Amino acid sequence: MEMLRRLGKKSLDQVAGIGYALAMLMNALIGKPNPRKSLPLFIHQMYVVGVLSLLIIIVSGLFIGMVLGLQGYTILVDYGAEQSLGPMVALSLLRELGPVVTALLFAGRAGSALTAEIGLMKATEQLSSLEMMAVDPLRRVVAPRFWAGFVSMPLLALIFSAVGIYGGYLVGSGWLGVDEGAFWSVMQSSVDWYDDLLNGVIKSIVFAFVVTWIALYKGYRAVPTSAGISAATTSTVVTASLTILGLDFILTALMFGG
Amino acid sequence: MESRKTQIWVGLFVVLGVLALSFIALRAASGSAATAGETYTLYAKFDNIGSLKVRSPVKVGGVVVGRVSQISLTGEYYEPTVEMEISADYSQFSETSSLSVLTSGLLGEQYLGLQPGFIDDTVGMLEDGDTISDTKSALVLEQLIGQFLFSQGND
Repeated sequence: MEMLRRLGKKSLDQVAGIGYALAMLMNALIGKPNPRKSLPLFIHQMYVVGVLSLLIIIVSGLFIGMVLGLQGYTILVDYGAEQSLGPMVALSLLRELGPVVTALLFAGRAGSALTAEIGLMKATEQLSSLEMMAVDPLRRVVAPRFWAGFVSMPLLALIFSAVGIYGGYLVGSGWLGVDEGAFWSVMQSSVDWYDDLLNGVIKSIVFAFVVTWIALYKGYRAVPTSAGISAATTSTVVTASLTILGLDFILTALMFGG
Repeated sequence: MESRKTQIWVGLFVVLGVLALSFIALRAASGSAATAGETYTLYAKFDNIGSLKVRSPVKVGGVVVGRVSQISLTGEYYEPTVEMEISADYSQFSETSSLSVLTSGLLGEQYLGLQPGFIDDTVGMLEDGDTISDTKSALVLEQLIGQFLFSQGND
């Protein structure tokens, strides 16, 4: 009986959590837009969330592209098919690694920071003081952060893919001696604008939505103690990563499975 | 001044994102160029299409002039019928043209090879919706081996 009760409580908590998260997002995003007041906040958050994540994205994109070039070459050269290195690097980056790795890095780099920041605002009662001053903390604190994450992550994913392809080109063509013209032309003939590029961008937009939402919700609902904030930050990274990987499978099955 | 610097950085970030997009779009990807413009449709019936797929190229002497747009079984006898979109730039193929399923390389993918036919006063040109009648089916290795063994047995 006790176990049944605990199971019931757990499920109810889960459902209530989803409801809270949805209500938070609705309240933050729906309403009369006020560009003059919210644009500077948005720009500042773009800087914090997007620009400061650039370095880690560019460096990891370059290295992942270079590793792909190296690993792909050693396998493909056995079959005399090293000219397929270009499409291999480009397709794996555009379809999978670009959106997924960017989302994982983004969850670790920017998502955890968002959670900790909002959690600390809550713990030090800054959110309540905003409400005392008749400023809606959802509109003032949550909304610009959400939009900033939502806009910047697809851009980061594109930069990641572009830098990765260049990294693969550096290793494949510059070091291992794959013919430069073949590398690009075979890539061009097998990478499709709609199938590969657009689907990759759609993936990264979905991930951006999910990661930012989870990060903000975990911060907003954090227990306002130091232990609570640390737990919320951990939970952001774990939940976001698992959600990304699960969603990625579903999206891949929908886009490329048929 | 702080916010001005922030704005510049964010602007740079967005420009970088757009640059990445255009880099990928221009250097790595391609819209299927051969069938990007105006196209017209041709049909052809085969005995066997092998592993031909939708979007497989149609080539004349190695140059891509169109793509396969649909494959289906039609008619009373369920014949494999291939629908092709040919670029309108190449609209002067005569009715005596022949079409065969070919393979690029030993293990490569299959494509349709279009062999332009002769032009005479008595033969017309292929137009939108026409069917190419002279077709050669794909080579199926098992059938070839079977024929070879059968002919060996007759000796």
